[in-house]
Amino acid sequence: MTVSQSAIPRVDAAPRPIRARLAMTVLSYGGLAVTTCLLAPLVGSTSISLSRAFDRSIPFADNIDAQIFFVARLPRVLAGALVGAALASAGVVLQALLRNPLATPFTLGVSAGAALGAMLAISFGTAVALGPLSPVPLASLAGASLAAAIVYALATKPGRPMSTSVLLLAGVTLNSFFSALILFVQYMADFAEVYRTVRWLMGDLDIGGLAPIAAVLPLVVTAFAIFAMLPSSLNLLSVGADIAATRGVDVARTQRLAFLSAALATSAAVALAGPIGFIGIVVPHLVRLMTGVDHRIALPASALFGAAFLVACDLVARTVLAPVEVPVGIVTAMIGGPFFLWLLVRKA
Amino acid sequence: MAARAKGLIVVAALAIMATGGLKVLTTGGLKASGYQIGTGAHRIISLVPALTEMLFAIGAGPQVVAVSSYDDFPADTRTLPRVGALLDPDVERILVLRPDLVVTYGSQDALEAQLASAGIRTFSYRHGGIEALFQTMRDLGAAAGRAAEAERTAGAIRARLEAIRASVRGRPRPKVLLVFGREPRSLQQMYVSGGAGFLHDMLDIAGGTNVFADVPREAVQPSHETLLTRAPDVIVELHTTRPIAGAEIARERAVWSALGSMPAVQNGRIHFLNGDYLVVPGPRVGAATGALARAIHPEAFQ
Repeated sequence: MTVSQSAIPRVDAAPRPIRARLAMTVLSYGGLAVTTCLLAPLVGSTSISLSRAFDRSIPFADNIDAQIFFVARLPRVLAGALVGAALASAGVVLQALLRNPLATPFTLGVSAGAALGAMLAISFGTAVALGPLSPVPLASLAGASLAAAIVYALATKPGRPMSTSVLLLAGVTLNSFFSALILFVQYMADFAEVYRTVRWLMGDLDIGGLAPIAAVLPLVVTAFAIFAMLPSSLNLLSVGADIAATRGVDVARTQRLAFLSAALATSAAVALAGPIGFIGIVVPHLVRLMTGVDHRIALPASALFGAAFLVACDLVARTVLAPVEVPVGIVTAMIGGPFFLWLLVRKA
Repeated sequence: MAARAKGLIVVAALAIMATGGLKVLTTGGLKASGYQIGTGAHRIISLVPALTEMLFAIGAGPQVVAVSSYDDFPADTRTLPRVGALLDPDVERILVLRPDLVVTYGSQDALEAQLASAGIRTFSYRHGGIEALFQTMRDLGAAAGRAAEAERTAGAIRARLEAIRASVRGRPRPKVLLVFGREPRSLQQMYVSGGAGFLHDMLDIAGGTNVFADVPREAVQPSHETLLTRAPDVIVELHTTRPIAGAEIARERAVWSALGSMPAVQNGRIHFLNGDYLVVPGPRVGAATGALARAIHPEAFQ
């Protein structure tokens, strides 16, 4: 759709305008993300007194306002920003890598692998924890890594570009295969656990502390460091591997970096919050409509907009039916789905 | 897998109702499908563990010819043939055993229709509160030709519950958070009793004030923020699938310190109760309520 022929970029033609546009983008989208992240912790199912929350004279253990702010809301908002940014960026990168506008962070089987890991941990009640990672996130991270490794091994041959069709087919097949395993595990498990596994699939940002964020932060930082190296090559790659190669892009290396960074970001996001859908497909398309298809602009803009979008969706999730919560994955899908359809119709 | 699963069907039912949200079932009893009171069944198959327990409690145990794959109480059920459960009832095995009454879940429409076409009566179970439990017991007694025994058993359970209510009467009723499931080492994926259903009723009899009494559902999935706001005085965790003990309890207790402003955490009033019977809406509801009452009002039972 938006990754089209008009994407033929002039990579080194006009460095200054692109730098100015990038600055504008970061300023405006960054402003949106920061504003959302600053406002979101102020709102919740309860009303709290901010002056009390930041009153150091009250011991933290006795300060309910401070606990609501620092234990319940702040980690949620930060997790939402991190997960939103990670999934939206991974979506942009994979849509370029696969040259397919329908690619999402979950296309390559990473989320299905994560889900299988989580299902096994929930159903068999493993108690293996690693530092701040409790058993279920740990198992989902392991499952995601396994899935990514399988797809990577299938689609790469030494010294040659990846076959995007093999990538896609391997990812889709692995998704189906893991889904079958998930259904099998669910069918064999107890009812209460089946329900918990279903709930896990809906996504949850209420992580109750900063430790889980700290645990996955190295993965996300690594992924974003690689993302930062990719945009110019992705511009060429999204037009075609041959064109990119003639323009001096090391296609095989770019593809591998793109795949690994997207897989890393997706695994971290899913381990932290479950497979929250629609961010990875709606945000990239929406942002490209606003900024154009140049990845040097669209990638950072998507990351920032994804952060703001997920934090806002989670705000809806935790307040609209309070004291009962709506799983955030339902909110993103209910807002994202119709919106995406509207975009499709409008474009057509 | 079957051995540890008893009663979990109930928990799952609670959880499913919580998200479904629309269908809060407060009445139990029977959906008659070709069923007539007055003729006691001689060959009963029960797919509902809570009702299997009731059948044995009212003396209809010898009439039970098969049970669900989740049944393990009383011990007599362990030698009986197993014919599946809520999701996977084995119709062929059920038919081969020639039952004249099959106890089913109210949602097993397809199975009920199949059995009806084979001329077999069904007793359709609907999950509800404690009063519904007594009604179910009486209806089941009538269906099994054990009406008098069912009446007596229900009376005995009611007397036990009333005794518990009496022993905590006049004492302050602390705000209680009743947890029946959560992720290990984390306060995520937590399920607690809302203001409907038999767990809520048990908590009320045991002298506690449910912190989620105002939410008209059987199961609530609270966020950290809601937990902090509700500020329970006592937390009772029911561990039904996997009993916990010793160091594991210490580790799981420590998880709550993240929400240190809650009185229950400050005063160390976090209790861990083990056992499937805690979540089975059957004859052991008196024992379960007693366990709750002892956790909430230890001083009343010294």
